[in-house]
This record gives sequence, structure tokens and C-alpha cells, in this order.
Amino acid sequence: MTRGRLLWPLVALGALIVLNIAVEPSFVELRIQDGHLFGSMVDILRNGAPTLLIAVGMTLVIATRGIDLSVGAVAAIAGAIACTYISGGGNAATAVLLALSVCVLLGLWNGFLVSVLGIQPIIATLVLMTAGRGGAMLLTEGQIVTVKDPLYRQIGSGFLVLPIAILISLAVLTAVALITRRTALGMLIEAVGINPKAGELAGVRSRTIIWTVYVFAGLCAGVAGLMISSNVNAADANNAGLWIEMDAILAVVIGGTSLAGGRYSLAGTMLGALVIQTLTTTVYTIGVPTNVTLIFKAVVVIAVCLLQSPRTTRMLRARRKTAVPTSRSQEVAAG
Amino acid sequence: MLKKIATGVSVLLLATLTACGSGGSSAKDGDSGELTMGFAQVGAESGWRTANTKSIQQSAKTAGIELKFSDAQQKQENQIKAIRSYIQQKVDVIAFSPVVETGWDAVLLEAKRARIPVILTDRAVDSDDDTLYETFLGSDFVEEGEKAGEWLVQNTEGPVNVVELQGTTGAAPAIDRKKGFEEKIAARPDIKIKASQSGDFTRSGGKQVMEALLRSHPDVDVVYAHNDDMGLGAIEAIKAAGKKPGKDIKIITVDAVKDGMQALADGEINYIVECNPLLGDQLMELAKKVVDGEKVPKRVVTEETTFTPEQAKKALPDRQY
Repeated sequence: MTRGRLLWPLVALGALIVLNIAVEPSFVELRIQDGHLFGSMVDILRNGAPTLLIAVGMTLVIATRGIDLSVGAVAAIAGAIACTYISGGGNAATAVLLALSVCVLLGLWNGFLVSVLGIQPIIATLVLMTAGRGGAMLLTEGQIVTVKDPLYRQIGSGFLVLPIAILISLAVLTAVALITRRTALGMLIEAVGINPKAGELAGVRSRTIIWTVYVFAGLCAGVAGLMISSNVNAADANNAGLWIEMDAILAVVIGGTSLAGGRYSLAGTMLGALVIQTLTTTVYTIGVPTNVTLIFKAVVVIAVCLLQSPRTTRMLRARRKTAVPTSRSQEVAAG
Repeated sequence: MLKKIATGVSVLLLATLTACGSGGSSAKDGDSGELTMGFAQVGAESGWRTANTKSIQQSAKTAGIELKFSDAQQKQENQIKAIRSYIQQKVDVIAFSPVVETGWDAVLLEAKRARIPVILTDRAVDSDDDTLYETFLGSDFVEEGEKAGEWLVQNTEGPVNVVELQGTTGAAPAIDRKKGFEEKIAARPDIKIKASQSGDFTRSGGKQVMEALLRSHPDVDVVYAHNDDMGLGAIEAIKAAGKKPGKDIKIITVDAVKDGMQALADGEINYIVECNPLLGDQLMELAKKVVDGEKVPKRVVTEETTFTPEQAKKALPDRQY
């Protein structure tokens, strides 16, 4: 079950925070500055917001047995459109609407390829992953477009006590959790992921569901792209959202959702995204030398994934409670 | 089969890219008296690179050199393909900015056998055989680091705490700018690099690293960023922490792109060491000499300067990139 698997990411998150505090006691300090919270933890929440948001979209896509590799490119496009529009004299609200509408269209395109044409998701979204970034570069003419718009900067670096970016991500997360868990939608999504044919026979409209999750993933990526670009007041088509699809997929997996589709855990995804961002911040705080940064990150990720793998869980359980009936351990393996 | 299709598509793609790049000069085909240069660019990954491309295209036009241009989209295999196609087209001279340092021996040997001289621009290659290319035209990254270090040594007094925002780990400019800087500040033992982390040459990277470093090293006096973009990101982080960039915390960067120069003129950056992408004229001059068989130095450094806020204000209106 997911609850058991969430233990290890939680332990990892706790361990990283303890490590940070040990090296830098001021890590947990929170103070109010200019009317908002200020501190390392707040930074983690703000910088982790785009990854979390994309990971929420990705969770649903993965639950339908799909994957969306294009989210990084879509994020870059959103930033490029918004900044190009604003720097051309447009207002921020229109720019955001424009950018998000394009992202919805891109999501529709991905969903069309996967659900209507039946192309393998990894290939279907790969198209936009490569072409999308090219499109963003074309829009910005290869330059970094800098904007100075007080409204636009709120999305990524504004505060309502907490950073606006994380508030947006958490709001989306909560909404998705409510909509999919309080209605049958979540179950339908899982049904599509577990066995699309069986789902179809049982009356689940899998095509519509698959199409919808890709559109939602595109929209999430778009908002995340706006956060990323607004955070630095610039659209950097070449680097914005680069490899964020990998971080998002990792967050989903750390959160205990299987890439094979079916059962998904939104709480797990949130935890996964937090682990990833805390890991990045830890590198800077404790001063891991740059040439071993990637190895440090890899070791932590591998440790978490190994610890939560079904086999390790079973071994640990078996060792702890040798008297547990066999049916119990089978259930764990199945979860 | 798939492989064939893939190759076919990439060749087509390359062909279109080349066609796009060469643009206006194709009209002059058939003029045999004219020099032809094949240029394999890294890509269009930054404003700096775009300026570099424009400079080369413009200078070729003014120098009356026919330019065949290709964009490798940051991939070595694309660059190698482009260079091979230039060899087949029998251009007079090949120039390129190597994406990475290694793996060029085979294709450069092909060029040498075809008696086509090769000029490296902007980035060097790592090869034991330096007869594979005629000359290397580009910035001296170590010297850029030294210039930054020198300014710091001369313009500060007493103990100074520095945090360094490195470029992409392993990239030549990151390694060399760090090295040159460290060499110069060694003269002042009271200047200490408190932390040094990679911001990947991007604004987001610079901002995120600086946020974390401001917490773990609240006593920081100076930021040394390996490029303007990371410096601009650091400015955002410093402002968010309630400090004044350029005053409470001094900032030194390298590159001098337009946004960086603007920040310098506004007093948020204190000093910029230029890394000049406008090497087109120098390149065309070298190309002519090389084709005429004249002797050229193995290493030509691009003409570069440094900027203080006053100089930035003057230079800003004519800044092309």
C-alpha cells in the first residue's frame, strides 16, 4: 500500500532536513520580512512549486499508464509567450491567458496523439519535447527576454504570507485530490491505467479520460513555466524547465506511484517533489563540491527507491515480525 | 531501416539549417574567385551565441567571403556531420566552435587530408596533435578570471568574504574563470572564497544558489558570478533578502551582455569583465591569411575589455547583444 511506501520518502525528507540543521542551524529559522515569511524552508517551498505542479499533472498521466516528456518544453513555451507579449507592451493578465491557452492546445495535441492515434505516450510527447523548445527559441529569437512587470513577477516571486507560487501548486493539488477522490474520476483514471480494454468494456470512456489528463498536464506545465520565468523576470527558452520532466517523473515515482499505471498517490507526489527540492537546496547549504553534486543526488535517490522497493519492504518486514502470517506479506507485495 | 530514415531526416534537417543560415550569400554561387567558408556553430543557446553568429554572418558579407553556415543544436554529432559535408563541398576554409573539447581527431584528420585549413573559434579542442587546426581564435577565460580577481584585490580593503557562482560543471569557461580568479586573489590572504556552487550559467540557477548561500553565509561581501545571467539571478535573491545588490553585496560578473550592462549602469553590478562574441572580423581576416598560406599564430585572443558602471552607461546605447 502507498501509506507504507510513503514512510521512506518521509524518512529521507526528515534526514535531509536534520542534515541541513546540523550543518547550518539557521536553516529552520523563519522570520517575517516585508510582511511575509522568509527563510530556507520558504525558499524550498517556492523553488519546489513548479516541480510539484508539474508532478501533479504527471501523476494523473502516469496513472493512465502514460508519460508526458514534453512538460519542460511546454513550460519554456509558456514563459516565452508571456514574456514576449509583455515586452511587446502587452499587459500581464492577457499574457498569462494567452500563454495558458497555448499550453492547453499543446496538451490537446499530446492527448490527440496518444488517445486518438494510439501512439506510444513516450514517443508522442517526445515530439513536443524537442520541437517545443525549438518553438520557444524561435519566439524569443534565441535571446533571453527580460520583463519588468510588477504583476507578472508576483506569480513566481510574490508573497501572500507564503509564496504565491506554492499556494497555486497546493491549491491545484487539493483541487485535484478532491475532484478525483470525492468523485469516481480517480477510480476511472486508475481503471484506464490498470486495463484500458477492461475499463472500456465496463463503460469507462478511456479515450476522453486519457485526452483530459494530457490537457491537464499541459496546463500544469504552463503555469509552472510562468512561475519559473516570473521568478527571474525573464524567459530563457533554452534553460527554463530543462529536465524538469525528469524531476517530475522522479517525484511521482518516489511518491509511490507505479510507472506501470493504475494506483496513484497525490500525497506521495507532494512528498516526492519536496524531497527533490530539499535535496537541491541541501547541496548548496552544506556545500557539496560541484563535481560530486550529481553523485550525491543520485545516492540519495537510489537509497530512497531501494528502500521503498517491494522486495526490500518485504525483507524488512520479515525480519522485524517473523510471526506475521504469509497473507499479510503477500498483500504488501501486491501493493 | 529505421536508422536509414533517421539519417535521412537528419541530413535533410541539416541541409535546411545550412540553407537558412547561408541566406543571402547563395546568390553569389559560381563566383569562383571568392573564398568559401564552412562554419559549424554550436547552436543558439544564449544571447551571447546569437550575437556571435550575427557577427560572423555580417563580417563574412563585408569581407566578401561566401559563408556556409550550420547550427548543431549543441550536439557534437551534428557538428561532425556539418564539417564532413563542408569537406565534401570542398570549401576553402572550415571554422567551428567545438561543443565539447574531445572527440575531434578523426574528422579534423579528414579535413587535413583534404587540405582544408581549420580555424577554431571561441572554444578549444583537446588533442595531442595541434597540426589538425591552423589557429584558435577565442577568449582567454583564465585571463577573464584574472581580471575579475584583480579588480577585487584593488577595490576592497580588509577581510572580504566571497561566494562564487560557477558555470556548468566541467565547462571550459567555468574551470578557467575559477582558476584565473583564484590565482589573482591568492595575493590577498584576507580575501576568502566562502562557498562555490554551480548555477549552470542560468538566471534561475544563480538565484536559487544565491538564496541558499545567503542563509548559510550571511556575512558575504562579494559575489563573483561566471556569467551575467547568474549574476542577474543573484541580484534577485539579494533583493529578496532585503539587501542592496552593488552596495551591501558587491557583484562581479563576466560576459557583458546587454541585460548585464544595464544592471551595471544601474549600479546593481559593480564590475563586468567582457567576453566578446563579436569575433567575426578577426575570423575573416585570419581565414584570408590562412588560405593565402600566410603564417598565423596558433592562438589569437579576441579583443576584450572590462566595464565599470560609468563605462557601461557610455557603452550601453551601442550594445548589440
